[in-house]
Amino acid sequence: MLDFAKKELIMEITQTDVLPAPLVKETIEVSGSVAVLEALIAEGVDTIFGYPGGAIMPIYDALYDYQEKLNHVLVRHEQGGIHAGQGYARSSGKVGVVFATSGPGATNLVTGLADAQIDSTPLVCITGQVFAHLLGTDAFQETDVMNITTPVTKWNYQITDAVEIPEILAKAFYIAKSGRPGPVLIDITKNAQIQKFSYEGYTKCNHIRSYRPKPIVRQQYIEKAAELINNAKKPFVLFGQGVILGSAETEFKAFLEKSGIPAAWTILGAGAIPGDHPLNVGMLGMHGNYGPNVLTNECDVLIAIGMRFDDRVTGRLDKYAKQAKVVHLDIDPAEIDKNVKTTVPVWGDCKETLPLLTTAVEKKEHRDWLRKFKDFYEREVEAVIQDELHPTSGELTMGEVIHQLNILTKGEAIMVTDVGQHQMVTCRYAKLNNTRSNITSGGLGTMGFALPAAIGAKFGAQDKTVVAVIGDGGFQMTLQELGTIMQTGIDIKIIILNNRFLGMVRQWQELFNERRYSFVDIASPDFVALAAAYGIPGKYVSERTDVAESLKTMLNYKGSYLLEVMVTKENNVFPMVPQGCSVAEIRLK
Amino acid sequence: MSDPIEKQEYNITVYTENQIGLLSRIAIIFTRRKINIDSLNTSPSEIESIHRFNIVINETEDVVTKLCRQIEKQVEVLKVYYNTNEDVIWQEMALYKVPTDIIADQVSVERLLREHGARAVVIRKDYTVFETTGHREETDTLIKVLQPYGLIEFVRSARVMIIKHSKGFNSKLREFEQAEPGEEVIENEFLNSRHKVFTM
Repeated sequence: MLDFAKKELIMEITQTDVLPAPLVKETIEVSGSVAVLEALIAEGVDTIFGYPGGAIMPIYDALYDYQEKLNHVLVRHEQGGIHAGQGYARSSGKVGVVFATSGPGATNLVTGLADAQIDSTPLVCITGQVFAHLLGTDAFQETDVMNITTPVTKWNYQITDAVEIPEILAKAFYIAKSGRPGPVLIDITKNAQIQKFSYEGYTKCNHIRSYRPKPIVRQQYIEKAAELINNAKKPFVLFGQGVILGSAETEFKAFLEKSGIPAAWTILGAGAIPGDHPLNVGMLGMHGNYGPNVLTNECDVLIAIGMRFDDRVTGRLDKYAKQAKVVHLDIDPAEIDKNVKTTVPVWGDCKETLPLLTTAVEKKEHRDWLRKFKDFYEREVEAVIQDELHPTSGELTMGEVIHQLNILTKGEAIMVTDVGQHQMVTCRYAKLNNTRSNITSGGLGTMGFALPAAIGAKFGAQDKTVVAVIGDGGFQMTLQELGTIMQTGIDIKIIILNNRFLGMVRQWQELFNERRYSFVDIASPDFVALAAAYGIPGKYVSERTDVAESLKTMLNYKGSYLLEVMVTKENNVFPMVPQGCSVAEIRLK
Repeated sequence: MSDPIEKQEYNITVYTENQIGLLSRIAIIFTRRKINIDSLNTSPSEIESIHRFNIVINETEDVVTKLCRQIEKQVEVLKVYYNTNEDVIWQEMALYKVPTDIIADQVSVERLLREHGARAVVIRKDYTVFETTGHREETDTLIKVLQPYGLIEFVRSARVMIIKHSKGFNSKLREFEQAEPGEEVIENEFLNSRHKVFTM
């Protein structure tokens, strides 16, 4: 039982004269802050990423007595806190919880909220707010958090009365994790955190009348979809994070193996089935594999599962899979027909729809069709992959570092990436055996995501090796989180692939702006020395012969380690679908 | 069926919980896509605690469908419908302030007001306020008519409208309140007639 300051029993006598036995209802006087922490415990939260400040001090004061039950990770910047929360949510499948104070604390969450919103990451962010009577007065550290965060949250709510706390937090967790997950922000005024109220315990939420987390599955559409699939000669599956968010990896694999359909992934879907599964034909999109892009415009039935036809996947829409009938499985009805017109919409949770579809489809193999993907892959190996993964001369490539890493991790590590060339290279080449092992900022493309997200990912999956692959640009956006690593003693492996350029922008400037390198030449500090200042050992590598051994040293080290690898300055990521081009116009060089 | 690529006026009806901030959450769905809201009315519906929004925009059906889905996705939105002007009965109310002496002097003004179905709301020595309801063109016409007679001020309300084929919202709300809504729950109306009615 809790150590509350004040306890009292309120006896309520029922009005029935038959049963004189009184209904005993235990209520306790607690502060709003204690109610917040009790809610977190009731929701199974074990880790909070946060940063204190004036308007959230009552919650932090209450947290002082809860350190045994809740692990609070003090980050170095609220953006780091929310990215850590995202990393935690992505690796564990649980809701990430973030604390921040009002004003600048809250505004520093905005990038992470936008990232979590577009990548459907479940978060509950709790921000402190000035006293209710000061709202709208431009009080110290007051900002209109509700209106700032409305476009980037699935739901937000401001609490000004402590009585609301249990019910609103229950709603917050329910909304964040149900249906298509997303970030929720709860802004709590300081008076509500301090206010004592009669606490009757915490009840989890499982229904909100205005909220339909998932549409009802309609058998007739399952049947129509199965009919299309059964009659298809060249069916092609595109899968995204929906499979992972719906914990439907097993159901998805069963569907693929019965239907025999080749399947390609979006970067957020990577790992939903192992990379070496015979039906896994690779990555979609701008820097995806050659075959999946070209053959999108050759398939006769396109089956999209838990993906949203992002423009980086589709390229030019009016030339995208025009020949194909489209079956779209998605939990979010707003995704159906949003970008690509659907022939059969299979609305619902893919955990439910996939088994129904598996039952309805015929067992098949599509050998000739699958062979086509293999043929394209061989061409890609020859034109791109061989030189990227197995160069024999010249400076180091990003791909060979990832390749060497694969040999050592055997695909068992959680890979966390930032944004840019190294991200595309890692997503393309990292071996992933497990689901929830590719954590990257997909939709928003947030540079600075990887370092804090890797910290969170490790807290969410402590038995796993977490490797953060980061560019020299992105690392400098959130490198203050080295302090969080130092203080928590967490074990993450950091690889900086340093090409002394903002590489992806440079690549575009080279290809499309006549090599007018406008502000992409970025200087960096001595990263190894920087890590050392935080008590993190590291090594600098620029020779091919040292790569494998250095990676081994890094992985074997007990604790965090930073490896800075100098790679070719002006390497380009290929294949590439240039912006405004059709997926079929993908370039190999 | 209307041409899906041709722009026309659409009337969007939204049933929502009564929640602070929801107006902004709905409005930004339009502003984010740089779509102008021509008319917006929000007020309590026939059911206690449920609010009804009437939003009018000039867009293609394709865009309207997508907007409606984004609105219905909001946690506190219960239901969204969209209709063309033919599907609804709609009215706007307008008030006109005119100098009393001119109206008293000129018989023609009185006749004009009568022709346009205007009704005096307030009569003072210095000015008189007339009220009329109707479609946009009707209230607009009266402005033109009154302009030569010293129209002082004019204001028009947002559009309110009733959907011709609607059976109201009472029975639907009861279904929403159930934890496990039945198969007939209106949720799947859209799937049955994909181009007619939007619903989730």
